[in-house]
Amino acid sequence: MRTFAYSRADSVEHAAHQTTPTAAFVAGGTTLLDLVKLDVMRPSELVDINTLPLKNVEWLDDGRLQIGALVTNTDLAHHPEVKQHYPVLSQALLAGASTQLRNMATTAGNVMQRTRCPYYRDPAAACNRREPGSGCDARHGLNRLNAVLGGSDACVAVHPSDMCVAMAAIGATLTLSGPQGEREVAFQDFHRLPGDTPHIEHDLADGELITAITLDPPLAPAGSYYLKLRDRASYEFALASTAAQLSLDGEMIGEARVALGGVGTKPWRCPEAEAALVGQPAEMATFERAADIALGGATPLEHNAFKIPLARQSIIRALREATRLARQGGKQEGLA
Amino acid sequence: MNDLTQSAFAKPRVVGQRTPRIDGEYKLTGRAGYTGELLAEGMRYGYPVPATIANGVLESLELDDALAMPGVVDILHHGHFESLHRSPNSMAHGDMVSEVRLPFEDERIYYHGQYVALVVAETFEQARAAAQRVVARYREDDGAVVGLLHTDTQGELQESAGTSRGDPEAAFGGAEVKIDSTYQIAAESHLQMEMHATLAEWRDDGKRLVVHESTQGVFFQRNAMARIFGIAQENLEVISHYIGSGFGNKLFMWPHAVATAVAARMVGRPVKVVLPRQQDMTGGGNRPASRQRVRLGADRSGKLTSVIHDSTTETSWVHQYVDACGSATPSFYACDNVSTSQRVLEVNHGTPCPMRAPGEVSGIFALETAMDELAVELGMDPVALRQKNNAEQDPASGLPWSSKHLDECLTSAARRFGWDKRDPAIGSMRDGDEIIGYGMASCTWSAGRQPCEARVELRADGSLFAACGTQDIGTGTYTIVAQAVAELTGTDLSRIEVKLGETSLPAGPLSGGSMATATVLPAVAAAVRDALDAIKEVAVGSGGAFEGSDADSLSAEAGGLTDGKRRVSFAEILETSKLSSVNGKGSAAPGDERSEYSFRSFGAHFVEIRIDPEISRVRVARVVSTIDIGRAINPPTARNQVEGGIVMGLGMGLLEKLDYDPRDARLINANVADYIVPTHADAPEIDVELLDYPDFKHNEFGGRGVGEIGLTGVAPAIANAIYHATGKRYRDLPITIEALLASS
Ligand SMILES: Cc1cc2nc3c(=O)[nH]c(=O)nc-3n(C[C@H](O)[C@H](O)[C@H](O)COP(=O)(O)OP(=O)(O)OC[C@H]3O[C@@H](n4cnc5c(N)ncnc54)[C@H](O)[C@@H]3O)c2cc1C
Repeated sequence: MRTFAYSRADSVEHAAHQTTPTAAFVAGGTTLLDLVKLDVMRPSELVDINTLPLKNVEWLDDGRLQIGALVTNTDLAHHPEVKQHYPVLSQALLAGASTQLRNMATTAGNVMQRTRCPYYRDPAAACNRREPGSGCDARHGLNRLNAVLGGSDACVAVHPSDMCVAMAAIGATLTLSGPQGEREVAFQDFHRLPGDTPHIEHDLADGELITAITLDPPLAPAGSYYLKLRDRASYEFALASTAAQLSLDGEMIGEARVALGGVGTKPWRCPEAEAALVGQPAEMATFERAADIALGGATPLEHNAFKIPLARQSIIRALREATRLARQGGKQEGLA
Repeated sequence: MNDLTQSAFAKPRVVGQRTPRIDGEYKLTGRAGYTGELLAEGMRYGYPVPATIANGVLESLELDDALAMPGVVDILHHGHFESLHRSPNSMAHGDMVSEVRLPFEDERIYYHGQYVALVVAETFEQARAAAQRVVARYREDDGAVVGLLHTDTQGELQESAGTSRGDPEAAFGGAEVKIDSTYQIAAESHLQMEMHATLAEWRDDGKRLVVHESTQGVFFQRNAMARIFGIAQENLEVISHYIGSGFGNKLFMWPHAVATAVAARMVGRPVKVVLPRQQDMTGGGNRPASRQRVRLGADRSGKLTSVIHDSTTETSWVHQYVDACGSATPSFYACDNVSTSQRVLEVNHGTPCPMRAPGEVSGIFALETAMDELAVELGMDPVALRQKNNAEQDPASGLPWSSKHLDECLTSAARRFGWDKRDPAIGSMRDGDEIIGYGMASCTWSAGRQPCEARVELRADGSLFAACGTQDIGTGTYTIVAQAVAELTGTDLSRIEVKLGETSLPAGPLSGGSMATATVLPAVAAAVRDALDAIKEVAVGSGGAFEGSDADSLSAEAGGLTDGKRRVSFAEILETSKLSSVNGKGSAAPGDERSEYSFRSFGAHFVEIRIDPEISRVRVARVVSTIDIGRAINPPTARNQVEGGIVMGLGMGLLEKLDYDPRDARLINANVADYIVPTHADAPEIDVELLDYPDFKHNEFGGRGVGEIGLTGVAPAIANAIYHATGKRYRDLPITIEALLASS
């Protein structure tokens, strides 16, 4: 832990201007304080944004749901509109972390959370994401938790969020506010693939603040399911997870959305798999084919090859359950 | 020898009754001071700097930046540290330590997390911040031994740890049915709630050292420190009032305590060190990985003809620790031909140490899985196979058991579990997506006892005071001591004060080996009797409440003495004779009974697992256990030990594993998010029954100890249940998702 300055943002406009390149916004602090204590993040200044008026959840006129950046994971998971129209998001949130963490964690903070790759979290290890050019210990070290999709020679770190997987499946837009004014970024473009520059994790300029995330209109009538597979029953990041949503047209699949967690270097939307579902009979053979397509490009490392069959299982089961729920008229029940 | 069968505790009123913890209120309200919370006048904080490599040499330390940081007082390291002596490390002399190497003793790095420096500063935050600024330069050497399970190296044979009877090899060779299997268990972390912590203070111009430590053995630490610092035991005091559990890694002192005491002397003030979780996991003990080969020979009826159990476990390069996996094996089953052997391999890990049911819990996983394999091979019910080979007396010593009720444990647990509904066909029991598996295993732990002393005071204010230099590590020792005093004096529990965890008190045992209860209570009882004798003398003396009576005609009742007609309270007796208190001293030790009987507890676990093979998910749904521990002194806390053991066994079976980097032996999951233990959501429905057969041959209270047995046998019962569900035999722990996928 290093000393830092602390200030409180008094408005969205000022927040952006108040910051310097080495400053960091602090929301719930559940990622940030942890990494500061581990000496992984070393901000010179913390700008506390918790008093900003970014805590609303509201429908826009175009049928999209807008979520303020500071809405907590707990409030969002239990929000009646979310539970009714985006149950997969509620399920994903509740599958993440623990009650205590979700009470603190915010929507924007969740989008911005860092990888749990053990080498990223250990300043003594080589990690291009933490320290560009230092190398990647995960590639040849213990890489059970690392990515099988979207990795590069420089980095194979998983984006660990559950919430983001649901958002990737739903489709969303981020609203950013910075010194240059306001702009919007599509959710799937916000997180970067590591490539040669794994340290550039997001499409967020210095001083830019996420003010809101707006979900695409809900699929209706649809079934949706978030399935998170992990070693223990709770309080663990996903080894593989799937957010699935689909609507039915008789026995055929109408629309379909599939996104994966725990396996990709970013929240992993699977457009080809979705295409392979649309217009096909809602049955196991279809789900299996879609799963194979979704994982077609997966490359294992020494210790994480199991994630490919595991992710395949999560896709098939999530699609099966989403179909079952769609048949019941989209009524949701117990969580994964 | 005492005639223990004529126990004063044949029909107790308090002992054996559900008794709320007498320290519960202190813990609930935060008044129970744990070492890490204690403050001393002018205290400084230490924060160790851990090595970031596991094998090599510390070439240099750059300290200037760290020393210049606010609040930093000093930085201790190799070359800037006192010259000390090593502890002789003797169990018999009570000065055993967890790691004989002294901190900063040389520049070699033997394991990741080994301390290379200790920063002392005015606040904890300053110490931690400065510790992160210390720059250590290393020469990293090739050839780190990553772990037993990463190598085929044999390890060194420990002649003293092996046993043999009959001709096991020949019997195995000629057996009608044979099992020959190898089992591997990953290294585990104790992950006790409260981290290791030391607060050290030199008093009387540096002549006397007072140490608060979260320890399972204040006397062991005192004796070891006296040797290390070369000072008289009388000038050393070790105190441990409340302990957030230990599971064995707090039995014997670790280097951080020595470094803290040295720091306190060097800066001339009290110094406190609380290890962060990462360092607690790298350098504060672990259960070593094991590789075991078990060979069973049997005839077609299921009678065992040979048991050969060969084990290898890890130790570190700086300390020899033997995790004796085979130690329960010679006593487990009736079999004429049995041998065990033990090897030890040095690896580049922090030093392993006892962890709850050390050695045996690993050994019983191997043995009880092998027994299940034998049952399958024979087409025999696993319970029947165990009954068939029940040892009526201890086959290792040839002595009769003091008390053994394994058969009742097996039948009672089987009945409550519904074992008769088990269809032995693999994968035959289904529920929706899930396959249900039923498995079982026996469990056991030896019943030891140590010498012990205690002191009791009856006070004029009507209170009673009992003291013993043992510890309550969270298991409820305070409460059972009070129960014993209440039983013998008829005093209300609320009037009894218990003091434990100080070397200034009469010498008490380690809180380990499930021995504390059987060791401490008889000494307390002796002290109570001595105090009662003393107050009787007072009462019958001149001016006394029963002046002129015969002391022998008086007996204790309801917090006083009675002659059968009249009862006078202890307080009144003391007041009448103008005394503030009377004292009683007592001691107790195991006696001749140890050469007449064998002492061991047994029990059985039955487990239902549910596996959803299409998503590779195994969950333990239900555990039903029956255990015979003699008498449970306080049934809820005793049952709680078994329940906790079951949850821990679930972790051992399915989740827990210290992950060392295969390239350089660095421990990479040294935190509670990545080292996976069961959460509440993983905890199954648990039904524990404790049989109630007081073992008066063991001690007059009839209790045999309960801290460890519940953990043994859980992991094999899980693995056996998974076999029943899937037909796949898992011999490596933990049974991970990748293992399930690989064999599906
Ligand atoms: C032990 C543990 C287990 C966890 N398990 C899970 C899990 O299973 N699944 C899961 O999904 N997550 C899990 N999490 C992660 C958790 O969800 C995140 O830590 C949390 O969502 C972060 O939100 P926060 O508000 O606390 O962010 P903070 O820690 O305050 O900030 C995180 C980052 O976001 C930046 N930031 C915050 N707000 C903004 C904004 N408005 N605009 C721009 N940048 C911003 C900060 O500068 C910082 O870089 C776990 C965390 C822990 C500690």
